[in-house]
Amino acid sequence: MRLGLILGEAFQGLRRNMSMVVSVVLVTFISLTFVGVAILLQQQIGSMKGYWYDRAQVAIYFCSAIDQTGNCVQAAATQEQIDAVTAKLADPSIADYIERTEYDSPEVVLAQTKDVYADNPIAGFLTADLLGGIIHVTLFDPSNADVVVESVSGLAGVESVEDQRKYLEPIFSMLNAASAAAIGVAALMLVAAVLLIATTIRLSAFSRRREIGIMRLVGASNRLIETPFVLEGVFAALIGSLLASGALVVIVQFFVQGQLGAAIGGGGLLINRNDALIVAPILVGIGVVLAALSASVAIKRYLKV
Amino acid sequence: MIRFENVSKSYPGTTRPALGDVSLEIGKGEFVFLIGASGSGKSSLLRLILKEEKPNRGQIHVLGKKLSALPSRKVPYFRRNLGVVFQDFRLLPNKSVYDNVAFTLQVIGKSRGFIQEAVPDALKMVGLSGKSGRMPHELSGGEQQRVAIARAVVNKPAILLADEPTGNLDPETSQGIMSLLERINLGGTTVVMATHAQDVVDRMQRRVVELMTGRIVRDERGGGYVTQAITVPFAAQAEDE
Repeated sequence: MRLGLILGEAFQGLRRNMSMVVSVVLVTFISLTFVGVAILLQQQIGSMKGYWYDRAQVAIYFCSAIDQTGNCVQAAATQEQIDAVTAKLADPSIADYIERTEYDSPEVVLAQTKDVYADNPIAGFLTADLLGGIIHVTLFDPSNADVVVESVSGLAGVESVEDQRKYLEPIFSMLNAASAAAIGVAALMLVAAVLLIATTIRLSAFSRRREIGIMRLVGASNRLIETPFVLEGVFAALIGSLLASGALVVIVQFFVQGQLGAAIGGGGLLINRNDALIVAPILVGIGVVLAALSASVAIKRYLKV
Repeated sequence: MIRFENVSKSYPGTTRPALGDVSLEIGKGEFVFLIGASGSGKSSLLRLILKEEKPNRGQIHVLGKKLSALPSRKVPYFRRNLGVVFQDFRLLPNKSVYDNVAFTLQVIGKSRGFIQEAVPDALKMVGLSGKSGRMPHELSGGEQQRVAIARAVVNKPAILLADEPTGNLDPETSQGIMSLLERINLGGTTVVMATHAQDVVDRMQRRVVELMTGRIVRDERGGGYVTQAITVPFAAQAEDE
């Protein structure tokens, strides 16, 4: 009986306030879509960091006969110098961070370079004495790269030491900026959604003040008076958040996996539909909780005894 | 039933209190008229009984409950023991006569079976049995007030408060409403009625409480609208204060 009464009242409110309800639906839809995009971007950044940082190495470049930069003096690094670096890396204070090291001699580097620049005629003039050897150091935790960089960059025969992560930093900072922008827009839109829900509920309560007055007069409990309005807000937000979830799945499926995946050849590293489906309940939760809170705050004024 | 002990009430922004140091006791089954000019504090007194307002000073007891000690979440349950009727009827325009009366019982969670029994009874008592399917705007003013009274008494409240219930009605219709209220009173319900209707008060010869600028200036059993007792210059006293 009372459930029917409450639902009936809530439905009546929705019908009477149709245009406001539609605007609540749209605003929650857009704002939660941005929230979802921000979450998915963070997931994407996380998975890419995990993948690339595992592969990122510290490269120690040795001098070639023509190098003048770094500690080079236009003389190729001698075997003693290379051994000194290797010994330094084997030092217990550094070795703990290192998973493995690999030395590419100038000849190996030459072969690789010729491979990469096979189409370029200049590659034909390249000889091994123009190139220095490289030690690739793979670390257990790539964020400890500085330890290696600092300990060997001062040694003789070392042209430069490079933390390859720095090549990835611009990509991640760009993605982080996009994610921050999405969060910013989402936050603004959520504020708008909360205010709009509160206004809608106040309007709805105002148009039903006669009923509310009578209900209070005859001793209806506050909860009974309040619930239809809260349900009204929650219902609108629920539709909005479901639309947002649907939009996210579509975006991930067709744009990220479909177009972007095709463009970079295989979307294994990219977020997929399952990620979007994990985010969906979060969006629904945020939408419903925010709507319930703002609606019940908005209606409080009408419940004062 | 209802007891006011030195109750004062003033609204923010006004210097003159709506009620000043009012003490009043109304017993079970009484029929009391509250009379006085507009702004003399009649409505404030009724609102205080309903706990729609809080007094600034003094204590109010209604139905054995000290209102100042009643937490606001219990106020709805307290109000279920009071019926209220207004000058402007306050019916829901989009609900039929039956539904208007049933709505009261629905919102306090009565069972369907109880509602189906109690609503026709209440409508029969106010003489509207044949019109339960009508909408409020299809009824005359007197009939609308009868619906409002049916709504107020359908839950068998111990106290019925009426704020100028005949204020919008012609004398003849008013008479019908008054005999209805009298019948309700005979059934054991305490009735407190604020009114300006001199003829109604004079005809009934019940207890009359007269308010003037927030003070009780007369409390007379079996009185009329104008006192038959020796007049004391209350007005002058009130002015002096």
